[in-house]
This record gives sequence, structure tokens and C-alpha cells, in this order.
Amino acid sequence: MSIPVEANISLVDKHPADDLLRADRFPHILCPGCGIGTVIHTYVRAIMESGVDPDRHVCVSGIGCSGRAAGYVNVDSYHATHGRALPFALGIALHKPDLVVTVISGDGDLTAIGGNHFIHAARRNINLNVICINNFNYGMTGGQTGPTSPKGARSPTAPDGNQDHPFILPHLAHAIGASFVSRWTVLHVRQFQEAVLRMMEKDGFCFTEVLAPCPTSFGRPNNFAQGLHEMEMYRDRCHIENGVSRMSDLQIDIMDPDWPIIVGNFVDVERGSYGEHA
Amino acid sequence: MVKLHAARPPPTPRLLSGARFMQGDHACAEGALAAGLDFFAGYPITPSTEVAERLSDRLPAVGGRFVQMEDELGSIAAIIGASAAGARSLTATSGPGFSLMMENIGLAAMMELPIVVVNVQRASPSTGLPTMVGQSDILQARWGSHGDYGVIAYCPDSPQECFDLTFEAFNAADRYRVPVFVLMDEVVGHMAERVVIPEPGILSIRVRKGPRQPPGKEPFLSYAPDDDLVPPIAHAGEGYKVHMTGLTHDERGYPITDAGVHHKLVTRLVDKVRKHADQILMTEEFMLDDADTVLLAIGCTSRSARHAVRMARAQGRHWGLLRPKTVWPFPSDRVRELAASGRVRQFVVPEISLGQLRREVERLTRMPVINITHAGGAMPTPEQILEAVES
Repeated sequence: MSIPVEANISLVDKHPADDLLRADRFPHILCPGCGIGTVIHTYVRAIMESGVDPDRHVCVSGIGCSGRAAGYVNVDSYHATHGRALPFALGIALHKPDLVVTVISGDGDLTAIGGNHFIHAARRNINLNVICINNFNYGMTGGQTGPTSPKGARSPTAPDGNQDHPFILPHLAHAIGASFVSRWTVLHVRQFQEAVLRMMEKDGFCFTEVLAPCPTSFGRPNNFAQGLHEMEMYRDRCHIENGVSRMSDLQIDIMDPDWPIIVGNFVDVERGSYGEHA
Repeated sequence: MVKLHAARPPPTPRLLSGARFMQGDHACAEGALAAGLDFFAGYPITPSTEVAERLSDRLPAVGGRFVQMEDELGSIAAIIGASAAGARSLTATSGPGFSLMMENIGLAAMMELPIVVVNVQRASPSTGLPTMVGQSDILQARWGSHGDYGVIAYCPDSPQECFDLTFEAFNAADRYRVPVFVLMDEVVGHMAERVVIPEPGILSIRVRKGPRQPPGKEPFLSYAPDDDLVPPIAHAGEGYKVHMTGLTHDERGYPITDAGVHHKLVTRLVDKVRKHADQILMTEEFMLDDADTVLLAIGCTSRSARHAVRMARAQGRHWGLLRPKTVWPFPSDRVRELAASGRVRQFVVPEISLGQLRREVERLTRMPVINITHAGGAMPTPEQILEAVES
């Protein structure tokens, strides 16, 4: 039995997103099952839908697996030092306010080594879009414990399980004054893309945490040996709750199979972006 | 009916032409403004704070952007980012902040994004004597960030030179795409003297070398150097879709893990300064023509040294002063030349450091080098210099 094929289907030479990817850099360095590729693609889709000329989009990353995002997108892109993506991006955004500057980096880069810059960029309400890829560990160096690693999670630097409390990133972003705060996962591609688009059109400091599998480094010692396992966990345990009333409810414990993960767009307020009153 | 408006002060011009009584820190800020400064990011630290304070008022008034950052790590990252977007950008700090900036000074060198960093040196190490003079960041300025790279560092000896050399620093940064330092010291930063700022049209601002192709058609190779080893620069928002990274990269700016590419790239970063040293070097020579004793000194210490030369001359001795205005690159050839002249029999190096500058002279000559040192907080006096040489 043959599969019926519609006669008018034809192959295309180019994917619509090709012009916005540095295809000459492929294959990329990301592992099978990694969520970062989905984030990069979502960012590119959002650029296409933003209605803003790609020449006016700028991408800045820090260091780490997530920090490689800037290297694959075909806009003006800068791969800064570890933790310093935000102040680097601040320099661009303040000197050329007509540019749409997006920072794509990891949880360790943005909130551990770069934590001070994170709280102050948000406090100042600098006009930046921050996509924080949270994969619960330092993936590139081999899966060491990071600022979002769950309590009890095992890693090369926590062989008996992590003793530290993890950050609740949207709670933190809200507390320090971000104008827009959301959390999605790489399973929620449509909602995540809408959140990125909202950040692009909105003035001020906008923050989205996106949960992403890291099967190679975080997953294997912690019962998510394949990217698919963590995606299934997102499907089973995520609840969409836009405008959540208590930010402390956003705590995640992915080690506990009964713990719900709340995703959604939580904050969208006007604070007047940096320099508006100058 | 005529409507009367309250008199408003006229807008301050970018170039404050004319003669003024001004401290070194303020003259430095004015030199930056004269050079077309667009963006300043900094963190308050003694004894450099007056540079930031002056610019917080003056820079926004002429259309630039002043940001007070959360720390020096952020300050230097912000000025590198602004430079990537085409800004002439500056930060000002002192020893402890300079130490924090070392990481991203390497990034600016690797990305070849022009920046100017003012370091008003104080007595160190660590917190040291925040309000008192030092000159012991000389070697840190040259070697402080990890790895090999080229830098340029100016050492002004007066408020006038704080203006002149800060202006020069921006042109050098844009010409060679390297981090450029203005290594002041607390004495020069806080002393007030007559500063003459030229009339408009006298100073010439160098424009960064941009791409010679329109954006969009052919891919732009952001790191393909010209014969002068310096690649043309395209900024964020100009349509060239550049990629810049601190990783070792090829001519497209793409990361590449390759020892050969790395060697070629880093050699060029060093050679940009090394091979243009004769164009970058600035020195002042004072009574050096017939000198058998050469004093070599920088910044405020050179003022003591100059007076010591006069005192020695009054006693009939043949002393002279060689003053590097650029400590990096160091005037090595001139020191070697003097050492080989047959006339010079000794070098004298007074400094506010326990031998950093002496080390540079010693490695160039086998002649005796008399070192008059102070660890910081005070500077060698002319009398101490004379005494040390006599003994």
C-alpha cells in the first residue's frame, strides 16, 4: 500500500529561517536532546515576526552552552565574557537606543557570576530582552552544580547531592524590578515565542526563563538520561498560570515527581525605561 | 506683547577652548570630551572620582551618555559594548578597580574594540592608601590580563598633559583597535595648573576605519586585517551582521579551535603595537644632549627628576632627563641608544614603586641603574635623588 502524495507538493531550497542563522557554522556544538537549539530557533522566529528589520536586532551572550547562542544567529552578535553579557548589552542599548538588544545566556552566567549585573540592569530598567536558559547545571564544563540546581541533585561537584537552595528566577526577576517576567519550557514553543515577541516590543528590562533539557550533563546522574524524559516531565507537570499571584509558588523541584511546575507570563508592567526622564 | 523668559545659561560647548586653572582629573575629562567622547561608564573610586563627576555633568549636556555602574566589572563591559555600537567610550578608575577590569581588557584586546581606561594610580597593593599617590600599576597595565596582547599607555606629568594625552588616547585606540590606558597618578590627578584647551578646528579626531563594501551583499570579514594589521570595523546596527567573540576566531569572527589560527591572531594583536611603536612612542628629553647621567621618570616623579637635573646642572654636573609620555610601548630603542652612546655612564630611575620602572631600564642596559624608590604615599624629592646618586 502506498502513501498518497499530493501532486502539488514541492521541495524548497531554503528554510524560511535560513537567512537568520549562520548556516556556515553548522553543525553546531550542542548535544542530542539539548534544548538550546529550540531556544535559538524560537528567537529567530520571533525576529521574523517582530516586524523589525533584522539589521536592528542584536544578540549578546555570555559564556557556556547557552552563551553559544549568539554565534549561530545571523544578526550583529557578541559573545562576551562569563557573566558580563548584560553590561556589554547595556553599552549597546544605551548608545544605540533604536536597536532591539536580546541577551541569550544561561542560568549560571546570568545569575551566578553575572548576578550583580542582573539585579542592577533590572533595577535600572535598561531596555533589554533577557532569555535565560535554565538547564539546572553548568553544562559546558561537565555538569557541575549551579545556582538553579535542585536540592539533592547529583553533579561532579556535589557527588552526594546538592545542599544549596536554588534560585526561583522569575521571583528574583520580579523582586529586582523587571518590567516583564515569564517562564516557559522548550516544550511550550508557541507561548515561549509569544513571550519573546512581547519582550521585543516592550520597553524596559524584560526577562524570560526557559527550562531546557541537558541530558548529557544534568540528566544522566539525575534520572533524565534523555532529552525526551525531561520533555515528558514538562508535559506531565507544567501548569500554565498567567499572572500568578504569589511569586514564591514558582519554586521548582524537578527531583520531586509530584511537584508542579508553574509556567506562564507573570509580570507585565510599565516602569518607564532607563533614561526616559533625562 | 513681548513675553519675557527667565535667562537660561547658554549650553556648554563640548570644547572648552581657552586657558583655565584646572585639576588633572577634570582636564582628563575635558580631553575625552574634546576627543568626541560618547559614552562613559564607571564606578566611584578615589582618586579618580572627579573624572566621573565632571563627566556626569558635562557629557549628557553635549549629547553623550553617562552611566554609573554597579562595579568595575560592569563598567568595562559596558564601555566595550558601547564601542561595539560605535561609541568613543571611556571609564576611569584606580588600582582596585583596575584589577577588576583586567578580565575584560583581554576581551577588548581580543574583539579589537577600542576603549580608553583612565587609571589614577594610588598607593597599593590592595586598598593601600586610597587618597595618596602611587605609580605601581605600570606592569599591571602592560601584563595584567591573562595572555599576550598589545596595549598603549600614556603617563601625563601635568593637568595640561592629562588633557592632551587623554585626547591622544582616543585617537590611538581607534587607530590600532587596542585598549589604551591613561596612567595618571594621584598627584597629577589632583594638582591644579593652567590648562590651555585649543580653539575648535585645531585638534583632529581620527575616524575609525570602516568597511569598504556596502552591507548586505558579500559577507563582511570582520577580522581580515589590512597591511597595517588593523581590520576595518563594522558596528552594531550597520547591517554587516558581525560576530565578535573572546574565543579564538577566524577572519569571519567565528570561533575556531586551531593552534595555527590562534598563533596568527594573537601575534597580530601584539604586532599591531610592536610594529607601530615608532609612530606611537612619545617622549620628552630635557638637557639630554651632553648628559652623562640619565634620569628616567614618569608622571609626578618626573617633576622631581626635572628639578634634580636643574640642581645638578647648577653644580656643574651633566645630568639629563628622559621622560616617557608613553610608558607602553616603552622607549626601549632610545634607552639602548643612550646606553651605547659612550657618553652616558649611569641611569637614575626615581619612582613611586619598588622597582617596576627600574626593571624596564635594567633589561635594556648593563650600566649601573640607581633606583630611588618609595612604595607609595610620598614621592622622591629632588634632594633625595641628588643624595642617592652622590652616595
